Amino acid sequence: MKFLKFLAVGILFGIILVKSEAVSWYRIFEMFKFQSFHMYGIIGSAVVLGVVSIYLIKKLKLKSINGNQIHIPSKNKSFVNYLLGGIIFGLGWALAGACPGPMYILLGTGVFSMLIVIASATLGTFVYGLLKNKLPH
Amino acid sequence: MEYILNPWPWYISGPLITLIMVILILFGKNFGMSSNLRTLCTIGGADKYADFFKIDWKSYSWNLVVVLGAIIGGFIATQFLSNGAPIDLSVETIKDLNTLGFSNAGENLLPPEIYSWDAILSVKGMSVIIIGGFLVGFGARYAGGCTSGHAISGLSNLQLPSLIAVIGFFIGGLVMTHFILPLIF
Repeated sequence: MKFLKFLAVGILFGIILVKSEAVSWYRIFEMFKFQSFHMYGIIGSAVVLGVVSIYLIKKLKLKSINGNQIHIPSKNKSFVNYLLGGIIFGLGWALAGACPGPMYILLGTGVFSMLIVIASATLGTFVYGLLKNKLPH
Repeated sequence: MEYILNPWPWYISGPLITLIMVILILFGKNFGMSSNLRTLCTIGGADKYADFFKIDWKSYSWNLVVVLGAIIGGFIATQFLSNGAPIDLSVETIKDLNTLGFSNAGENLLPPEIYSWDAILSVKGMSVIIIGGFLVGFGARYAGGCTSGHAISGLSNLQLPSLIAVIGFFIGGLVMTHFILPLIF
């Protein structure tokens, strides 16, 4: 029962991303070609509103529904892993046209070849885990 | 109803994505999809091979439920909430894609030139999605997050590391789109 609310959030997330076309390979291509405002509008408005929302959540010291103080973790302070990891991610994002949320959503839209993308992304994560200590961070 | 069936404009979609993030924060969680790939590795037994996967996957199972919901949401959106309108891509994008050999750009969510079974059962097609998926999975964990964790949640929380990661996303994406895709297609 406690999982039902997360299921509902997931369903909403899936619907929004399909209806926004952010799950489309074509929209990602168009974004990296700077030929449309669409994706920049989506991410930009989400971030601007997100900044205001998180500011208010902190300012008002809101509690989560379990009654705990909300704590939004800060990212570790480092540089190389964010830049290199980011570049590798970006190469894959523009090639496959799908990032880790849309992969699952697209599977739901009936694109079963997405299972291969999800499997390779899981393998990529596994290989990162194996190499983690040897990579610069 | 027509407003729902048509594609949603950015000024509706963007704020709704913020809403997803805020709901998860109010549920005491955070918005990040790529960590599910790590959880999947742990469930599959990867903790025997690397300490990175020694996590209590049950404490992340809520996020797998979000994934399950996302799959259902994708199904609902295409089956019941869409009118099959083509994606309203810019004229230049359609022209550039034509030059690369992608016809009927925007008629589906994904190009059949990459994702149809015919394409996937070729060496090139299979390589494209396997390499693409691998880079996404590897890069997201190396960078500590993906579009949801860094570009949305991290930037909203004014995290400098997330800005660096997003700049990385764009360097990689621009190199792929402008230099590598024309070599592949």
